Amino acid sequence: MGILDKHTVLEKNVTLLAIFAFLVVTIGGIVQIAPLFWLENTIEEVEGMRPYTPLELAGRDIYIREGCYVCHSQMIRPMRDEVERYGHYSLAAESKYDHPFQWGSKRTGPDLARVGGRYSDAWHLDHLRDPQSVVPESVMPKYGYLEDRLIDGEYIEDLLKTHRFVGVPYTDEMIESAQADFLVQANPDEDFDGLLERYGETVQVRNFDDAPGISEADAVIAYLQMLGTLVDFSTFTPVASR
Amino acid sequence: MAQKPEDKPDVGTTGHEWDGIEELNNPLPRWWVWVFYITIIWGVWYTVAYPAWPMISGATEGYMGWSTRANVAADIEEAEAANAEINTRLASVELTEITSDAELQGYARSAGEAVFNTWCVQCHGREGGGFVGYPTLSDDDWLWGGTMEDIHLTISHGIRNEEDPDARYSEMPAFGRDELLAEEEIVQVVNYVMSLSGEAQDPAQVEAGATVYADNCAACHGEAAEGDVFQGAPNLNDAIWLYGGDYASLMETVNNARFGVMPNWNSRLTEAEIRAVTAYVHQLGGGE
Repeated sequence: MGILDKHTVLEKNVTLLAIFAFLVVTIGGIVQIAPLFWLENTIEEVEGMRPYTPLELAGRDIYIREGCYVCHSQMIRPMRDEVERYGHYSLAAESKYDHPFQWGSKRTGPDLARVGGRYSDAWHLDHLRDPQSVVPESVMPKYGYLEDRLIDGEYIEDLLKTHRFVGVPYTDEMIESAQADFLVQANPDEDFDGLLERYGETVQVRNFDDAPGISEADAVIAYLQMLGTLVDFSTFTPVASR
Repeated sequence: MAQKPEDKPDVGTTGHEWDGIEELNNPLPRWWVWVFYITIIWGVWYTVAYPAWPMISGATEGYMGWSTRANVAADIEEAEAANAEINTRLASVELTEITSDAELQGYARSAGEAVFNTWCVQCHGREGGGFVGYPTLSDDDWLWGGTMEDIHLTISHGIRNEEDPDARYSEMPAFGRDELLAEEEIVQVVNYVMSLSGEAQDPAQVEAGATVYADNCAACHGEAAEGDVFQGAPNLNDAIWLYGGDYASLMETVNNARFGVMPNWNSRLTEAEIRAVTAYVHQLGGGE
């Protein structure tokens, strides 16, 4: 009974038990989690990913604040029915600038990982105001008040800094011009060359809610309209082992 | 707890004792022990058979060669192969042939309905019923034309979107917002337009509105307000209204204009899918 007798020492000493339990869990954690940080095939390289623009990031925060993730996931699973309904299955790289990511397994509403470009801005506006006006069977609440809440990006620089702190590669230039970029994305009459230079030609610049000023609806629609549109799938070849 | 039966062998106790109550040291049920050992063996086999162990540059692949991505690719390939022949035919024939060939039409209608209910129904409604601002597809009133060619072009390239340079495009001026017309002229022309579809209006306003209409609106909407499918200008004679035909809605339309956007589907759907949904929309009621 040698080893079992020794085990009773652990069982009878709560501090020792805690220390050894911690050690066992640590080993398990290191084996499972640590390799993910340097394994080459955890996140594959894809063309087109960029950090969120300031307006999109603000829209993302509003999305999280309103609890959209409670009903909408952003993760198309690799199954035929999902791929046919929502588009190409999601890649890990597509969530690499998401803190926190918006994956999920429960869907009351449809998955939104590739909702960008699928509807017009006007549809999003109609749908936020009164979802049942375009989807009669929907159970989504109304979010019309987002249009009435004007935002000016006062703290957007801090938000970008926070995201840089957790690993999003925002440059100093991006952070310095955060508020200017925030304001210009929903205002196509002004000079937005700097925004495109910093974030790429694919950034969508327009007055998303078709009303003067920048409202929370502008930010949310800017965010929704870019979801899942970044990766260029014409240059993407899936590696089966990933 | 039941008392320990007398005829059971004495298994002793674990040595644990609380206030005179002792814990018997009964062996675990045999079935439980075996299940326990089998799960351990199964667990080891699983890590060898399936991707599991992290190595230096990647995880082990497992001798079964299992891969989620390969599975979904195989599933999709299988489904595509099943329809490959008819999809190829659908994508290559003349558009008008789809409606005259019974087999193609039957297939296109079913496949098109599935595509429509996935991608189109959110704006155009069940069976193309439409909503305010999103055209009804089940009637014979077409903004951009209702022939197979017209519908095919609209679905492929969309309307007024930024993604496809070949998208259908036209833009109504915002007569009020951009101060192209005075307020009383707008009131007059709204009265005139309402009179066209038989809504009784103030005759003086209507008469003045006819002049405003001829000078500003007839170029696109036509002398007789019959509309023009080449620029998506709606017919104003009928009682079918995309954004509402009441006074307030028409005032909004003339003052601020409308700019309905439809995405291009050529980047999301295959040619066969686009043609299938074209045929589906064509047969909803109004195909020309």
